Amino acid sequence: MKNKNVKVERLVTQKGNKRRQFLKMSGLAIAGSGLILSCSDDDDFTENVPDLFDLGSGDLGVLNYAYALEQLEADFYTKVVNGSYWSGAAAEEKQILEDLYNHEVNHREFFKAALNANFDAELVLPESLEFDFSTVNFSNRDSVLETAQLLEDTGVKAYNGAGKLIETAAYLVIAGKIVSVEARHAAAIRSIRGNDMDDFKLFAGDDIVDSQSGLDGAENPSVIINAAKDFFVTPFTANQLP
Amino acid sequence: MNLIKFLDEFTSENLAKKGASRRDAFSTFSSLGKKAAIAAVPFGMATLSNKAKAATMFQTDDAVGALQLALTLEYLEADFYLKALESNVLDEDVSGKANAIYEQISKHESAHVTLLQDTLISLGETPGTSPQFDFTANGAFDPFNTDNPDAYVQLLALAQAFEDTGVRAYKGQAGALMGNDALLTAALQIHSVEARHASEIRRLRELQGWITLNERGEGMPAATQAVYNGEENISQAGVDVTTLGSGSPFTAIASSQAYDEILTGDEATSIASLFIAS
Repeated sequence: MKNKNVKVERLVTQKGNKRRQFLKMSGLAIAGSGLILSCSDDDDFTENVPDLFDLGSGDLGVLNYAYALEQLEADFYTKVVNGSYWSGAAAEEKQILEDLYNHEVNHREFFKAALNANFDAELVLPESLEFDFSTVNFSNRDSVLETAQLLEDTGVKAYNGAGKLIETAAYLVIAGKIVSVEARHAAAIRSIRGNDMDDFKLFAGDDIVDSQSGLDGAENPSVIINAAKDFFVTPFTANQLP
Repeated sequence: MNLIKFLDEFTSENLAKKGASRRDAFSTFSSLGKKAAIAAVPFGMATLSNKAKAATMFQTDDAVGALQLALTLEYLEADFYLKALESNVLDEDVSGKANAIYEQISKHESAHVTLLQDTLISLGETPGTSPQFDFTANGAFDPFNTDNPDAYVQLLALAQAFEDTGVRAYKGQAGALMGNDALLTAALQIHSVEARHASEIRRLRELQGWITLNERGEGMPAATQAVYNGEENISQAGVDVTTLGSGSPFTAIASSQAYDEILTGDEATSIASLFIAS
């Protein structure tokens, strides 16, 4: 990647909180985003308009994409295990959700480490993306489990769809090692919910696994990011991914 | 088969003949042959894309080998679940849950057999025929016999071993499908379904849905240990993931659970061979 012309700025949000503004990149990423920027060192327009971080292309793009999704999942389960539903949940559910928290935090930190070990820091998606889980009631069992199912199923589709974009075999293996754990998660959450409704096939229900072909879902990053957009507060683009 | 021969097959009339008759029956894969052809033709298309570069590296021999191995494992699973459902052994679970789970898995495994056979045909290959399976593993088990008091337990244990093997085996073959987007994606889509199955069977056996260290889990016969060896790995892409932080997400237990490991083709074949009548 040649996008080295990067600067980091601070942005004062409407709430008055300082938060890290996304890295501003010139060159290919911006050209691809469709934004019209005259010059990267023109400061006039950067005061209030955050320039968007683009995930990049190829292995970098896929790893950044996975990092974004793992941040989303890890943040969700962090809120779950700090919520009142979890603290009073039945032992089995409590254990499952704690395991999911552990796994997703581990995945998140893995991508952070792998990205920083292999790419220039300015090309790596920032840590601590902000998420909006205002639609989730962390005191409510159904709300938590439903969201967990959505996130895990989405994770499976995302990794399945991203495999073809990976250029390096070692990364494909890593994605494979993680996606099957996401699928195990999805099935476990579905299994709990299925028991509630006497649907013992929900773990791999016809709503998620095609009953003719026996295939799970696979979606391109643009589809996944659009589907999850309400959760992402910190904006970013994926203009170099399909 | 080398790349040139591979391309040659796709430019011939064979593809149309072989593909067309199956197009209606197998809608998901009906265009696979065509897509495979496109992915494998690097000439004059999108010369700047990495995809084109990858396409030139795509090794058909490896891909066909991977698909044939996958087909053998799917034959094994499909046959196992059909026999399990016919045996009535699962009626031991009077809630009907075990039967429902096996029905759903059986449907998927049989579909995977058809998919893989059709895919191989669309690639101009002859799908391997199903081996004769011996689910007693030379007399060690008797899972379909309602007179065997341990039949139900054995039926569940074998399912767990097959599903956890399937997850690892598909993962090990993914690299062989790189460069062919349609094949790779389909294999990944099967792989995650196997993982859903594995999780549910494990939970039916009152284990966690994920694998801890190299533990085969309570009640699993020692003969299945090969399915779990290596799962204790904590080094991912050269990173020791236990060192990435502190607390519960970074214990050896959590770090092993968070990543499933591959089986090589040889390892998967050797596990499957325990159940192939010689």
